[in-house]
Amino acid sequence: MEAKTVSISETDCCSAELTCKHCGGNCESGDYCCSGCEAASKAIDVMSMTTSFSSLAQHLENGEFQLELAVEGIHCAACIRLIENALSANDEVTYVRVNMTTERLSFQWRGDAIQGDVLAAQVTKLGYKLHAPNDGRADERVENHEKLLLKAIAVSGFAAGNLMLLSIGLWSTSSETMGFATRELLHWVSALIALPTIVYAGRPFFQSAIAVLKQGKTNMDVPISIAVILASLMSISEAMRQGEHVYFDSAVMLLFFLLIGRYLDARAKGKARDSASRLLSKLAGTAAVYIDGVLKRIPIKELTGGMTVLVAAGESIPADGHITKGETDIDLSLISGETLPQHAAIGTQTLAGTLNITAPIEVHVEKASNESLLSKIVRMMEVAEQGAARYVRLADKAASLYTPVVHLFGALTFIGWLALGVEWQVALLNAVTVLIITCPCALGLAVPVVQVLASGELLKNGILLRSGDALERLACVDTIVFDKTGTLTVGKPLLVSGEYTSEHKQLAASLASNSQHPLSKAIYASWEGTVEKLDVQELPGKGLQANVDGKLVRLGSKAWCGDKEHESTSDNILELWLSIDDKPQACFEFSDAIRSDAKKVLASLHQLGIETHLLSGDRTEIANQVALTLNIQHVSAETSPIDKCAYIEKLKEHGHNVLMVGDGLNDAPALAAAHVSMSPSSALDITQNTADIVFQGEQLEPVFGTLLTARQSNKLVKQNFGLAVVYNIFAIPLAVMGFVTPMIAAVAMSGSSLVVIANAFRLRLQKARP
Amino acid sequence: MSVLLYLIPIALMLGVLGLGAFLWAMKNGQYDDLDGAAHRILLDDDED
Repeated sequence: MEAKTVSISETDCCSAELTCKHCGGNCESGDYCCSGCEAASKAIDVMSMTTSFSSLAQHLENGEFQLELAVEGIHCAACIRLIENALSANDEVTYVRVNMTTERLSFQWRGDAIQGDVLAAQVTKLGYKLHAPNDGRADERVENHEKLLLKAIAVSGFAAGNLMLLSIGLWSTSSETMGFATRELLHWVSALIALPTIVYAGRPFFQSAIAVLKQGKTNMDVPISIAVILASLMSISEAMRQGEHVYFDSAVMLLFFLLIGRYLDARAKGKARDSASRLLSKLAGTAAVYIDGVLKRIPIKELTGGMTVLVAAGESIPADGHITKGETDIDLSLISGETLPQHAAIGTQTLAGTLNITAPIEVHVEKASNESLLSKIVRMMEVAEQGAARYVRLADKAASLYTPVVHLFGALTFIGWLALGVEWQVALLNAVTVLIITCPCALGLAVPVVQVLASGELLKNGILLRSGDALERLACVDTIVFDKTGTLTVGKPLLVSGEYTSEHKQLAASLASNSQHPLSKAIYASWEGTVEKLDVQELPGKGLQANVDGKLVRLGSKAWCGDKEHESTSDNILELWLSIDDKPQACFEFSDAIRSDAKKVLASLHQLGIETHLLSGDRTEIANQVALTLNIQHVSAETSPIDKCAYIEKLKEHGHNVLMVGDGLNDAPALAAAHVSMSPSSALDITQNTADIVFQGEQLEPVFGTLLTARQSNKLVKQNFGLAVVYNIFAIPLAVMGFVTPMIAAVAMSGSSLVVIANAFRLRLQKARP
Repeated sequence: MSVLLYLIPIALMLGVLGLGAFLWAMKNGQYDDLDGAAHRILLDDDED
């Protein structure tokens, strides 16, 4: 994105040449070239927004501008209404539409491009996160492919219906009763419907077959294309020869069934994993840097060692370095997974991507942004993802076995009949019926139908499959690696016990309501009464203080709240003390609670013979304690993101199929490296994007439930393949011997497809049983 | 059997009509946001 120089300092307006503070263009007077720029710039300053979208706006033919942005956090009708009403309340907005399926917001407005930032800021103000739609082209390609498939299904379905109508007439009466002229009419009408359909609806198969053949390989689409093309060519020749049987309906029906399977498959695949690029967007914003003593905003990418950046409270720290001015608390959870913010003062090391919470600080940049730990994590994820992409799906394995066998049978049939001395047309006819009847209708549906049913079932329980083969990979998992914070535990501290009265608690909650610290939030959340409005001061690393009725009330660490007796011992960070005039009054104790059903789930997993591991960035004692409570077999604590990834790689080397369950950015490389990965929906977007499966709720049960469903659906898929093989054992001899008429082909094809679909539905029956 | 000369074209015409309607709906974006459509039915703040 283009660099925007939004100046924060007042001294800037004295420069000789007047340039707009927002867009950098020339302006006649003042700081901004137009009122739009002024409003946008102010909106950005207020929100401390680091990205500007107006440069992405498209100029439409009618002079309006259009912007399409990805929105996060749309859940219900109210969200749609809120966003659409907020934007359309502006007079200049001519069109606004939220697309819930793709999570996109599209709006058009009259006036300046820059106005788009103001409008975007309005949406951000409502609490929805906006970002530039990343790599829209890839999304569009997937979408176009799905649309093409849907159109092809519509056309082939229409043709298959009408052809069947005509074919039933052909099958039900003998040619003598019907008359040869009528039969020929029906044959040619069939050809008229079928041939354009095959050309149109067969494209997805033909294109992929040609692409694969060019590489000297083969896939399922090659036999499909050959069968369809040969069947239609042969039917044309039969129609011209005034023969008895044409196979137009078989060819079109084949396409129709296969397209359904293909479409379901495409839907299940969903959005491609794009985690690494999303993560990089953390580094795509701008940072406020002192250049020659003047504060300027430059893109984070252009930061180099030796610069000094100003990081406002609530802003992400843009680079690895150390603090040179100020004192604050830093939320490290993005990198280390630690729940509690760490106190940071002059000299403390900072990491790119971590969040500055309490007060503004100045950071001396030590490394250029492409050498930061965050960039290293991104690169590691890219490497790990490439490794994971090598998995070969079951259906593809089946296809590679299927193709040579069927073509061999076809060829043998042709040669065999020629050897018996029949006309070559008849020999070819029989060979082609072998190809038609064995054509992988059942194989094409075997996987997608099970997958659609399974993912629908999981979705009802709040489990989202993000990649098409996630279930298949999950089914063969034998080792599960858990992250601790946020995965086995709820991920935020809860008030569990302490010594306090309800007046103390109200006072504490009143103080706490003014702070973003997790412990403050926990106290405030657990207090159900009203809070007093106080003028509260937040002191980084210490706590909160306020004047209440002339008395100094403090809520914070033990030492700071005047407990002089125990000052020598280190503060237990999971407690807060309340003091009035330096006398400790009450103590609140917190703990990051283990998910309520974690113990049961772990026990069930052990029963299935699955090995469990705990990987934590936290301290060893805490990790060991959790592992002991939950009976986890292997523990490794104080691990960095890089260690976690290496740990998974080592397990993989020992031949384990690893499921990684984690929620932090520090888990992201490990998630990408694992055979298959899950993350709770409370996880960061980036982590959710990396994971194959995302589950909702406070429970850990989905991990176990999904595993069971995966194993079950894998069993059904294999059964379906078995059924397809059995069907072919009966069908191939009939076809080879030349007994297969178009009617038998039609019955056999739809019959086998129905059997496979019916078998897939057993997934629901099994679920319903207790 | 001459009735076929009317019936087949009529049957095809009706089929093409349905197909055309579907393709039009798709091109018109009726299937773009199925989740959103399901929720929008709950909104009742028509201004007119």
